[in-house]
Amino acid sequence: MTIKIGVVTFPGTLDDRDAQRAVRIAGAEAVPLWHADANLHKVDAVVLPGGFSYGDYLRCGAIAAQAPVTAEIVKAANGGLPVLGICNGFQVLVEAHLLPGGLIRNEKQHFICRDQRLRVENVNTPWTNQFTQNEEITIPLKNGEGGYIANPETLKRLEGEGLVAFRYLDSNPNGSMNDIAGLRNERGNVVGLMPHPEHAVEPGFGPDSSVAMKSGIDGLKFFTSVINSLVNA
Amino acid sequence: MALFKKKQKFVPSGVDTTAEAAVTPDKAQPFVELGLKLEEYARIREILGRRPTSSELAMYSVMWSEHCSYKSSKIYLRQFGEKVTDEMKKDLMVGMGENAGVVDIGEGWAVTFKVESHNHPSYIEPFQGAATGVGGIVRDILTMGARPIAVMDQLRFGAPNDPDTARVVHGVVDGISFYGNCLGLPNIGGETVFDKVYQGNPLVNALSVGALRHEDLKLAKASNPGDLVILFGARTGADGIGGVSVLASETFDSTGPAKRPAVQVGDPFAEKVLIECCLELYHAQVVAGIQDLGGAGISCATSELASNGGAGMRVQLQKVLKRDESLTPEEILMSESQERMMGIVPKKDLKAFEAIVNKWEVEYSVIGEVIGEDRLYINWGEEEIVNVPPRTVAHDGPVYERPVAFPSYQDALNNDTVHSRGLYRANDNSSELAAQLVQIVSSPNQADKGWITNQYDRYVGGNTALAQPDDSGMVRVSEETGLGISIATDANGRYCYLDPYQGARLALAEAYRNVAVGGAKPMAVTNCLNFGSPENPEVMWQFKQATAGLADGCLELGIPVTGGNVSFYNQTGDVAIHPTPVVGVLGVIDNVARRIPSGWQDEGHNIYLLGVTKDELDGSVWSEVIHGHLGGRPPVVDLGFEKQLGDALAAASEQGLLASAHDLSEAGLAQALVECTLRFNMGARVWLNEISERDGVDRTCALFSESTGRVLVSVGREDDVKFVGLCEARGIPVLRIGVTDNSGQLEIQDIATWQLSDLRGAHEATLPELFG
Repeated sequence: MTIKIGVVTFPGTLDDRDAQRAVRIAGAEAVPLWHADANLHKVDAVVLPGGFSYGDYLRCGAIAAQAPVTAEIVKAANGGLPVLGICNGFQVLVEAHLLPGGLIRNEKQHFICRDQRLRVENVNTPWTNQFTQNEEITIPLKNGEGGYIANPETLKRLEGEGLVAFRYLDSNPNGSMNDIAGLRNERGNVVGLMPHPEHAVEPGFGPDSSVAMKSGIDGLKFFTSVINSLVNA
Repeated sequence: MALFKKKQKFVPSGVDTTAEAAVTPDKAQPFVELGLKLEEYARIREILGRRPTSSELAMYSVMWSEHCSYKSSKIYLRQFGEKVTDEMKKDLMVGMGENAGVVDIGEGWAVTFKVESHNHPSYIEPFQGAATGVGGIVRDILTMGARPIAVMDQLRFGAPNDPDTARVVHGVVDGISFYGNCLGLPNIGGETVFDKVYQGNPLVNALSVGALRHEDLKLAKASNPGDLVILFGARTGADGIGGVSVLASETFDSTGPAKRPAVQVGDPFAEKVLIECCLELYHAQVVAGIQDLGGAGISCATSELASNGGAGMRVQLQKVLKRDESLTPEEILMSESQERMMGIVPKKDLKAFEAIVNKWEVEYSVIGEVIGEDRLYINWGEEEIVNVPPRTVAHDGPVYERPVAFPSYQDALNNDTVHSRGLYRANDNSSELAAQLVQIVSSPNQADKGWITNQYDRYVGGNTALAQPDDSGMVRVSEETGLGISIATDANGRYCYLDPYQGARLALAEAYRNVAVGGAKPMAVTNCLNFGSPENPEVMWQFKQATAGLADGCLELGIPVTGGNVSFYNQTGDVAIHPTPVVGVLGVIDNVARRIPSGWQDEGHNIYLLGVTKDELDGSVWSEVIHGHLGGRPPVVDLGFEKQLGDALAAASEQGLLASAHDLSEAGLAQALVECTLRFNMGARVWLNEISERDGVDRTCALFSESTGRVLVSVGREDDVKFVGLCEARGIPVLRIGVTDNSGQLEIQDIATWQLSDLRGAHEATLPELFG
């Protein structure tokens, strides 16, 4: 069967075509989902890509969290649909209360774009099952408001229940608490992270690797993971 | 149509109408304040056969400003269209004069690229000035029917330690980061230079490139009577009113009034939506012509569309959607509010047009229609406020042959050489040479620019094959075949000051070489000519020399200029900037998978220096950083050899012989060695003695000379014989000067050995320490 993965476009979404390409390279069919259309078109999973939805006016992701398509995604996510939020998509998931905490302006106030090393700390999700526990990966990071914050109780719960899915290695790029780069929900079907797996799926266009320039494809496993979990479901 | 009701008889209404102008010929008008000369005002009266209305005066003044009319530069820009062969024109789909040139790159694809200045607004309000610079150039590219695919920036700031520099640097970089990142366009490179000559007049140039299928090409013209004139995108506000004429025609003077309100304010979100909306409109084939609104706003768009199409237009200005209802007709005509487009839409396609703009929630209003008569009529309600031949506004502005004078300082400057001064060279002292190398690679102009470029998104789109710190930026155009383009831009103001003719050719040669080392074939040229006041004959001489140098150079290389931009009046008081003609070269590569890395990735590869090193240190980084000197003559340029070198690199790349290639330019071999090691953290052992023996130069020259036509390449051992044979057969001087290794060190024999971590620390710390 062909796995269908929806990729949402809000006005101001930027990485939607990249996410669609990543889905295709991984072997699934990419289905464009439009913000104003309260219809998930029977997709098997959803990616909320990066960008500046609705200009990120008010707060990053805040307006997108109120979009017609987001209401459908929240409903489906609560029913177990795999949902991946990347960068602005992570911000949308947080604003939609599918994941806890918040994302604020980077510590040094600047937008930052760099190849970022991460540790995958939770592989029991549909988006990470092809990684090995504590695998170290490099994927691009690019954000202006990626500083993860949460209150002490939430942080304690996230750490205690193993809900931190990705942690920054080397230097923390944006002042995120506990070096948190990404989270999963209790059920595991919803995963959000600031760095960009969809920019590390095709040799020649990803981060530099020890093998060759721009040949890093560590991000591809996010997409093969979800296909794997859907095929075996 | 209902937009226009004819008024029966003349009643004074407070608005300056054509009827009123006819009966009040002697009314005093503020043409001087609007930047017009008495002769220019007299010519407007002659064209119209009466005094202009205040709206007409506003239109003519802004369209006849230096910025819009190129009145001082036109006679020199012509040679870019004249010094060309048929062979050079064969891939040119659209040449100079349109919003941007269009080049056929094969497989049914075309690309359009252009660089523009936003210098003066960026000094007054660095953040918005730089942001709207990006926005403006991207709309130019969009207007040609292309999807914008990348941006680059050419930045020149004042002295790094001057307290005002940080204000400008932070504002400009934040502005580009804010706007470009939010548009979803990868920033693939550019230039950053610090020099006190730019202290009161920084240069902020922005380049954009777009790709389109041949059949999607759009032109800014309105030719079919009955077609609708539709203004869409952001509403018209009070921002940037008079920005073009006031900001671009005046020189900064510390005693003048604050000019902040004249700078435009940008909304990248609105522009991103506008891009997607326009591409969908193009795809649906519902626009017959399109023009972006930038400098001179509606004045420019209406008159240019009509003039280009050989038609006329009737416009109801009250139909323009406004942010501020108190705007006067003159202000609406002059407003430079961003993120607006003017579309020419056949009536039968209006429904389809509306469906698409509504989908993107873009506001629009039908403000007029195209007419067969050669006349631009603009009404304010029932009053006629503009009635002009569109061509006289858009294209028949004044043309000046400004006085030109050989600068009084020029001979003394050229005679003040590194040799005549007897500037000290540390040839006999290895530790001093080693210290100079570190001092140079950590000087602000030679230091790593990551602090700036890491604030820009270089990944978005997923097609970036090369980006900073590589010599050129490269993006894939076709996902099916890997067909791609690359762009490099260069300018050396110090060289141009010493010799503007050679300086322009040097910039061209360097940009050409930077494209070639990435593995692409140079195809076309764009430029952004930043100079002082054209009213200064010595500046005009610099301009004349630089344009001649560039046009002659392009003819020699066989690649055409497809468009460009001129920015005059870059000076503080009477002191002009160094002439800074930014030259951009576009290259094409059949498959970006074949691109050549700019640094060493593998151990045990041989390092070759291609080209000859001469004693050429005048105007060099060494003369500046070590001695604080600027004089003499820039390096000699041999464009014939540059072409030969580029062809040899292409042949070697096609045969898969090159593991890496990096251009030698500022700070010569020393800089290239450091960059090649740090790119992928690969060590090397290098020797200079054979360079000195073969070329007869001392160690200072071997390290720091800026002779042109040189490239550093690395080659796998198995390809050695083939590669050397290829170079020799093509007459390219080739010398093995080292071997890469895994030592974690750079050793330059008989001079020093550095840990790469120490070199990286020195090279990367400078900008964060200054601005972080």
